[in-house]
Amino acid sequence: MEKLRERAAAILADGTVSLVIGYEEGTKRPRPLFCHDGESARKLIFDSRCFHNLAVYLTKKELVGNGRFAVTATISTLRSIMQLYVENQLSEDKLLILTVDLSGTLREFVTFDEISAYVEQFELKRGEREQEILTRIEGMTREERWKFWQEEMSHCFKCYACRSACPLCYCTKCVVEVNRPQWINPWPAPVANMEWHINRAMHMVGRCTACGACGDACPVGIPIDLITRKMMEDMAPEFGYIPGLPVKKGNALSTWKLDDREQFIR
Amino acid sequence: MSSEEIFEPKIVAFVCNWCTYAGADLTGTSRLKYATNVKIVRFPCTGRIDFLLLLKSFAQGADGIIVSGCHPNDCHYTSGNFHARRRWIAFRSILDMMGVDVRRVQYSWVSAAEGSKWADLVNNTVADIRALGPYTDYQKVADYLEKEVQDGEA
Repeated sequence: MEKLRERAAAILADGTVSLVIGYEEGTKRPRPLFCHDGESARKLIFDSRCFHNLAVYLTKKELVGNGRFAVTATISTLRSIMQLYVENQLSEDKLLILTVDLSGTLREFVTFDEISAYVEQFELKRGEREQEILTRIEGMTREERWKFWQEEMSHCFKCYACRSACPLCYCTKCVVEVNRPQWINPWPAPVANMEWHINRAMHMVGRCTACGACGDACPVGIPIDLITRKMMEDMAPEFGYIPGLPVKKGNALSTWKLDDREQFIR
Repeated sequence: MSSEEIFEPKIVAFVCNWCTYAGADLTGTSRLKYATNVKIVRFPCTGRIDFLLLLKSFAQGADGIIVSGCHPNDCHYTSGNFHARRRWIAFRSILDMMGVDVRRVQYSWVSAAEGSKWADLVNNTVADIRALGPYTDYQKVADYLEKEVQDGEA
């Protein structure tokens, strides 16, 4: 961690980067920190409690400016960064990645090839919480699933924290801000909420990297990250690749194969 | 509705201009009879059919939906139906996860020459949806049923 601070201060001092995005100690848990000088870089921390996906800031032009910037990244963040790269949202000459691996060594990535080689070592697995809830949902009948989600959705008050927390929701104008036509009613109502979450999942097809940021951000604790997670798991075999793993062959919905499998079209 | 009456489902069909719409036209010109429950909405291509349109139909009282376009490799725009097929694979999986009844959305390929297939498709879908009954689950939460009563009173 000391090395991370030193390195961050050094690259800020010699002008390699103009901004380092990292974590600092918060009141209850670590929070994002934006360092513009070596002074603030001394507050940087990086450990297992740091789970915010900082990749969400990388597409915000007003924040990162036109210069080069660095970000301290967890494995989930690296996956998101890879997906952003696949979607041409990041370029190598603007970005420097700092991360501390499991053994405590500071690692630095400049190219996306390096990142992908590193990320490939880690398998994307369901966590305990995901496993528990998803097993429960998978065991339900359709009616029970409907009831389960209606109950969960009844808490949603459309704060769109899920959208703000997601590194891949970078559209400057979202479909819910369009009112001609008003696709999804802006007020929180059962169907409007469900349409919003189905819409969010649809827009994440082949893109979601299952970082779980949306679920963490939800102030009422709806397990919304599981909608996209389940979709991602279902889609991975269908479309033959897992998002965040670097195959630059386009988005799942912008490409197609002659032999895409389905059994429901008659 | 009394119990003796047969339930007549409302079905919305989203079809592509080049194949299924022409196919449905052929059904008519061939004087084939098919169920009248279906309301056809014509689209330039299956690739244009947005998933939100399907959700909106359910919210506004549809009991079933037909989505139909050109057979693979027959798309007027070469690849619109391939893109659509991928979208439907994903959409179906998400709907199923959310507990929406995926049996109520019938996907099909009907070419401009398959007038009789269109008639069969509509008849079969109507029979299927009739067996499933009205989609009150969805209409209840969408407040559609309340609105219907209010409109009736007004």
